[in-house]
Amino acid sequence: MNHGMALDILLPILIPLAAAALSLICWRSRALQRGISVMATTGLMVAAVVLLVRVYDNGIQVMYTGNWPAPFGIVLVADLLGAIMVVLTGITGLATAIYSLATISKAHEHYGYYPLMHLLLAGVNGAFLTGDIFNLYVWFEVMLVASFALLILGGERAQMEGAIKYVTLNLVSSAMFLSAVGLLYGLAGTLNMADLAEKLAPHQDNPMVQIVAMLFLVAFGIKAGAFPLFFWLPASYHTPRVAVSSLFAGLLTKVGVYALFRVFTLIFPLGDSLIRDLLLGMAGATMLVGVLGAAAQFEFRRILSFHIISQIGYMLMGLALFTPLAIIGGVFYIMHHIIVKSNLFLISGLVYRLQGSYDLKQLGGVYRQHPWVGILFLIPALSLAGLPPLSGFFGKFIVIKAGVEAEFWWLVAVALVVGLLTLYSMIKIWAEVFWKEMPEGSTASVQQRGGTGLMVGTVVALASLTVLIGVAAEPVYQLASATASQLLDPPGYINAVLGDRS
Amino acid sequence: MLYALLGGFGVAALAAWLHRLTGRHSGWILALWPATLLLYFLSFLPDINSGTVLFFYDWIPSLQIRLSFRIDGLSLLFALLISGIGLFIVAYAGRYLEGHRDLGRFYVILLAFMSSMLGVVLADNLIALFVFWELTSITSYLLIGFNHEDASARRSALQGLFVTVGGGLALMTGLILLGQVGGSYELTELLDNGDAIRQHALYTPILLLIVLGAFTKSAQFPFHFWLPNAMAAPTPVSAYLHSATMVKAGVYLLARLHPALGGTELWSALLGTAGAVTLFIGIWLAVRSTGIKKMLAYSTVMALGTLTLLIGIGSEQALAAAMAFLLAHSLYKGALFMIAGIIDHETGSKDLRDTGGLFRAMPVTAVVAGVAALSLAGVLPMFGFVAKELLFESVLDDPRTWLLAMVVAGAVMTVAVAALIGILPWYGQPVATKKIPHEAPPALLAGPVVLATLGLLGGLFAPWVDQHLLAAATSAVAGTPVNPDLALWHGINPALGLSLFSLIAGLLLYRWHDGFRTATAFTDTLAKRGPERGYDWLMAALVRIAETQTRFFQSGYLRYYLMITLLTSMSLVWLVIGMKGDGLRLHLDLRDVQFHEAVLIFTLMAGAITAARTTSRLGAVAALGAVGFTVALLYVMFSAPDLGITQVLVETLTVILLVLVLFRLPGFLKLSSTALRVRDAIVAASVGVTMTALVLFALDARLYDSISHWHIAESLPSGYGRNMVNVILVDFRALDTLGEIFVLALAAIGVLAMIRLRAEDKRHE
Repeated sequence: MNHGMALDILLPILIPLAAAALSLICWRSRALQRGISVMATTGLMVAAVVLLVRVYDNGIQVMYTGNWPAPFGIVLVADLLGAIMVVLTGITGLATAIYSLATISKAHEHYGYYPLMHLLLAGVNGAFLTGDIFNLYVWFEVMLVASFALLILGGERAQMEGAIKYVTLNLVSSAMFLSAVGLLYGLAGTLNMADLAEKLAPHQDNPMVQIVAMLFLVAFGIKAGAFPLFFWLPASYHTPRVAVSSLFAGLLTKVGVYALFRVFTLIFPLGDSLIRDLLLGMAGATMLVGVLGAAAQFEFRRILSFHIISQIGYMLMGLALFTPLAIIGGVFYIMHHIIVKSNLFLISGLVYRLQGSYDLKQLGGVYRQHPWVGILFLIPALSLAGLPPLSGFFGKFIVIKAGVEAEFWWLVAVALVVGLLTLYSMIKIWAEVFWKEMPEGSTASVQQRGGTGLMVGTVVALASLTVLIGVAAEPVYQLASATASQLLDPPGYINAVLGDRS
Repeated sequence: MLYALLGGFGVAALAAWLHRLTGRHSGWILALWPATLLLYFLSFLPDINSGTVLFFYDWIPSLQIRLSFRIDGLSLLFALLISGIGLFIVAYAGRYLEGHRDLGRFYVILLAFMSSMLGVVLADNLIALFVFWELTSITSYLLIGFNHEDASARRSALQGLFVTVGGGLALMTGLILLGQVGGSYELTELLDNGDAIRQHALYTPILLLIVLGAFTKSAQFPFHFWLPNAMAAPTPVSAYLHSATMVKAGVYLLARLHPALGGTELWSALLGTAGAVTLFIGIWLAVRSTGIKKMLAYSTVMALGTLTLLIGIGSEQALAAAMAFLLAHSLYKGALFMIAGIIDHETGSKDLRDTGGLFRAMPVTAVVAGVAALSLAGVLPMFGFVAKELLFESVLDDPRTWLLAMVVAGAVMTVAVAALIGILPWYGQPVATKKIPHEAPPALLAGPVVLATLGLLGGLFAPWVDQHLLAAATSAVAGTPVNPDLALWHGINPALGLSLFSLIAGLLLYRWHDGFRTATAFTDTLAKRGPERGYDWLMAALVRIAETQTRFFQSGYLRYYLMITLLTSMSLVWLVIGMKGDGLRLHLDLRDVQFHEAVLIFTLMAGAITAARTTSRLGAVAALGAVGFTVALLYVMFSAPDLGITQVLVETLTVILLVLVLFRLPGFLKLSSTALRVRDAIVAASVGVTMTALVLFALDARLYDSISHWHIAESLPSGYGRNMVNVILVDFRALDTLGEIFVLALAAIGVLAMIRLRAEDKRHE
C-alpha cells in the first residue's frame, strides 16, 4: 500500500484554508487581503491544473492523511472527476476574486468577505477531493456556513429573507445526509467510500441499502437544486453581491451534482433500479420546471437562477441514463455549465454597473451604448441555450444522443423543448436589456462610473473559455470520456484507495 | 475550402473596421469577398459532371463530427447562388443603408450569415451541416431585428428564431437517428445507403423529424407565417435571406437527403401535400396583398411550396423541374426584392397603391422590373418559362389531380402578381410620392440588372445551363446520373396549353384585381385564425403556465418549501420500503426496558411536546433545554460520557443565550388556525416516525462489523493516547476536526459581520 504524502492533492484545500487564515490575520488591511485573494486563487488554479495533469497521466491519486492506512483514517482521493471539478473551482475562484476587486464595497471587505470566500472554496475543494463519506459531510458544513455568511453579508432585508430560506432548507439536507451516513455506518461499519463500495457491492438489493441510497438522493438532490427540492435556490441567489451570486451559481449546486455522480457510480451504482427511474423523472421535471420558472421572471438574476435548476436537469439526465456516453455528456455539461453560468451572473453585474438595475423592464439600450457587452452576453447566453458551435451545444448534443441511443424518447423530447425555452429566456434578456431602448421614466440610468476594466476582463476570459470548449471540443471530450470510464469502473477506484488485493 | 468558409467569418469580424476605413464605398470593397468566392466556386464548374469533390478536416473525431465538405451539382448550384447574389447584396446594402449608424454591424452579421449558409450547403457531415444551419438561424435573427428599437421588429425576429430553432431541434434528433441507422454522419455514405435506411424501423420518425426541421426553415404551411413577418428586416436582407438563401435551406436539405430518404409513399404524401397547400396559400395571400415586400414574400412562400411539391413527387422530371425552378426563382426574386427596395429608397413608397407612372423617372429600373416579372410569370423566352413548363409536365404525370388543380390555380395567381409588380408602379397616372423619384445609383441597380439579365439568358441558352450545371444538380438529388435535356421549346403539348391558360387567366385577374380583392375579403378573417394565432396562443400559454407553475412551486413561503421538501423525502423513503421492503423488520423489543430508561424517554417526549405547544418563549426554551439535558443523560447511560459532557455544555450555553435574547421579546402570538397546526403536526410526526422506523430497521440489518476495532487496538500503540475519542478527533480523523474548527470560525465572522455591518448602516442613516 502506498502511504506516501501526495501534497498536490492537499494543495487545493490547503491554499484557500491558508489564505483564509492569513486574511483573518490581516483583518484590518484591505489591501493585503485583496492581494492575498488574487494570489491564492491564482495559486489554487495552478495547483488544480497540475493535479489534473497528474491524474490524467498517472491515474487516480490518493493521499492518506496522517499516514493512517485506509479505511481507518481519512483519505483524499483525486480521480479525474474530482480533479476536473477542482480546476473548475480554481477558474471560478480566480474570476470571482478579480471581479470582486472592482465590485465589492469597502464595508464588505472590512467584514470578512475574503476569508469567507476562501473558506467557501476550501469547502468546495474538500468535497471534491475527499474519499470519506463523513468527511464529505464536514466539507458540506464548511460550505454551508461559509455560503450562509456570504449571503447575509450586508444585512439587507431581502438578503436576510433569502438567507433564512437557504439555510433552513439546506439544514434539512444536512440532516438527511447525516442520518444516511449514520445508517450506512450501522450497516457497513465503515466510512471510507472505497471500502463502502466494496462491501456494499454484493448487497445492492438489500432494502436497507436502498433506503440509505434514497436518503442520499434526497440530501444531494436538495443541494443540487433538483425538482422538487430546489426552493432554496431561487429564493436566495439574486440577493447577495453579484460576485457572490456568480460563485454560488457556478459551484454550489454542482457540488450536489458531483456528490450524486460520486455516490451513484461508486457506492450505489445505478442499475435498472428504482432510484434510476426516479432520477430520470427528476431530471425531466427539473429541466422543465426550472425553465418555466425562468420564463415567468423579469429580473436578470432571477431568470439566471431558475436556469441553473433547469440545467441541473441535463446533468442529472446524463447520470440517470447511465450509459458511458451519457456520463460523458453529464461531465461535459458540468464543465461547460460552470463557466457559462458564472459568466452570465458576472455580466448581469456589469449591466448593473452600467445602468444601475437588474429589472428587465427598467433596463434597455445596452447594445447601442456598449456593443461589446452585448456580444459578451451573447456568447454565454447562446451557449447556455445550446446553440452551436458553442460549448453548450456539444453538452446538449452528447446528452441527447445518449438519450436517443437509450431510447428514452420522452426525456429526449423534454430536453429538446427545454433547450428551446432556454433560448426563449436568453432572447428575452437580449431583447429587453440590449436591443430595446431604455424605457422613458425608467428608474435605471446610464451611469458613467469607471472601473469596469477588471469586470470586462474577467467576462472576456470566461467567454473565451466558452468558445474554446466549443471549438476545441475534441480534447474536452477526451477528458470527459476518460472521466466516464473511471466513474464506471468502481474496482479501479477501490484498488487505487485500498490497494490491489486480488 | 476551409479558408473559403471560415475566411468568411474572419472577413465578417473585420467588416465593421473595414467599413470605417473605407467609408462611402465600403459596400463595393466588402463585396470583393463574395466575388472571390464566386470565382472560386466557378472554378469547379468545368469538372462538375465528373463527380463529387470532397474535403476533410477533423473536428471532434470521437463523436464522428468532422468538417467535411462536398461539391457536387446540388451544392455547387447553391454555392454559386449564395456567393453570386451575395456579391450584389453587399454592394446594394452599402448604398441602401448608406449613413445608417449601424451599417458596420450590418456587414458583420450579413457576412457571417453568408458563410453559415455556404456551410449548410457544402457540409458533408450532418452535424457540421446542423451547426451551420443553426448559425443561419441566429444570424438571421440578428438581421430581422436589425431595427431593434422597433418593438415589432423584435417580435418578428423572435418569431422567426423560435420557429426555425424549434424545427432545428427536431432536425437535430432526426439527424442523430439517421446517423445511428445509417452508421455514419457523412452524406457520402448515407446517400448510398438509402435502401437500408428506408427499410429501417426508425425510418418514419427520422423522416418526420427531419421534415419538420426543413418545413420550419423553408416556411411550409403551417409554419409559413414567420417569413412575411421577417420583412421587418432591411430590404437587402429580405432580398437575400428570404428569397435566395436561408429559406431555401430547408428545400436544400430535402433535396440533399432525397436519395437517402425519398421515394416512399410517406415522403411523397408529406411533401406533396405540404408543398401544394403552401403553394396555394402563399400565392393567395400574395395576390391579396398590396405592400410590395409583403407580396413578394408571400410569392416566395409559393415558390418554396412548389419546390417542396416537386421534390415530393420525386420523378426525374420533377427533380429537374425543382432545380430549374430554384435557379429561376433565385434570380428573379432577388432582382424583384432589390427593386422593391429601390422603389422604397427613391420614392418612400412601400405600397403598390402609392405608386404609379414611375417609368419616366426611373426607366432602367422599370425595364429591369419588367424583365424579372416576366420570368416570375413564366413567359417565353425567360428561364422562368422553362421551369414552369417542367413543373406542369411533372404534375401532369402525377396521379393526384388535385395537385394539378392547385398548381394551375397557383400559376394563374402568380401571373397576376407578376403583372401587378411589373406594370402597376411604372405605367399609368403618376402618383405623388413622399420623395421626388429619380433613377437609382449603380450600386442599387447592379444586382437587379445582372440577375434579370441572367434570367433572360438562362431561358435563351437553357441547354447550356442544363449541361453545365443543372444536370449535375439533378443527378445529385436523384442519386443517379440523370440527363433532363432542358430546352426552351418543348413543342405543343398539354403543359404549353396550361401555360397559355394561366397567362390569359392571370392577366384577366390582374385586370380586375381590385374587385377580386374586395370579393375575397372574407378570407382575411380566416387568415387571422391561421397558424400565427396558434403561435401567439402558444407563446401566451407558455407565459401563463410559467407564471401559474411558479406561483405554485416558488410561493415565497418557507413553510411550504419545508413541507414539500420533507414530504417528498419521506414519501420517497416509504416508496422504497413499500416496493423493496421485504425482509425489513422493526427491531422493537420493549421487554428489556428499565424503569429509569422509560422515565427519560417520557421526559424527552414531554419536553418536545411542551416546546411545540407553549405560548411563552421562555417556556419553549426551557422545554428544549429539558430535551437537551435528557439526551445528555442518555449518552451517559450508553457509556459515552464525553459526548454527555459536551452535550451538557452546549445545552447550558444555548439555554442561557436564548434566554438572554428572548427575554425582551413578547410572547408568541397564535396566528395559525387549529387546522393548520394539525397539518404541521402531521408533517412533523411523519418525519419523526419515519426516522425512528429507519433506526429500528437498521438495528436488524447490520452487514459488517465496524472497523472501530482497529481504532481501539491502535489508539495507544500508534496514536499514543489512552482516550480513544481524543485520538480519533485529533489524529485518525483530524481532517474532520480541522473542518469543524473552520465552521466555527466562519460562524463567528458571519455573526460579527451581520451585527457590525448593520450597525454601520444605521449610523450612516
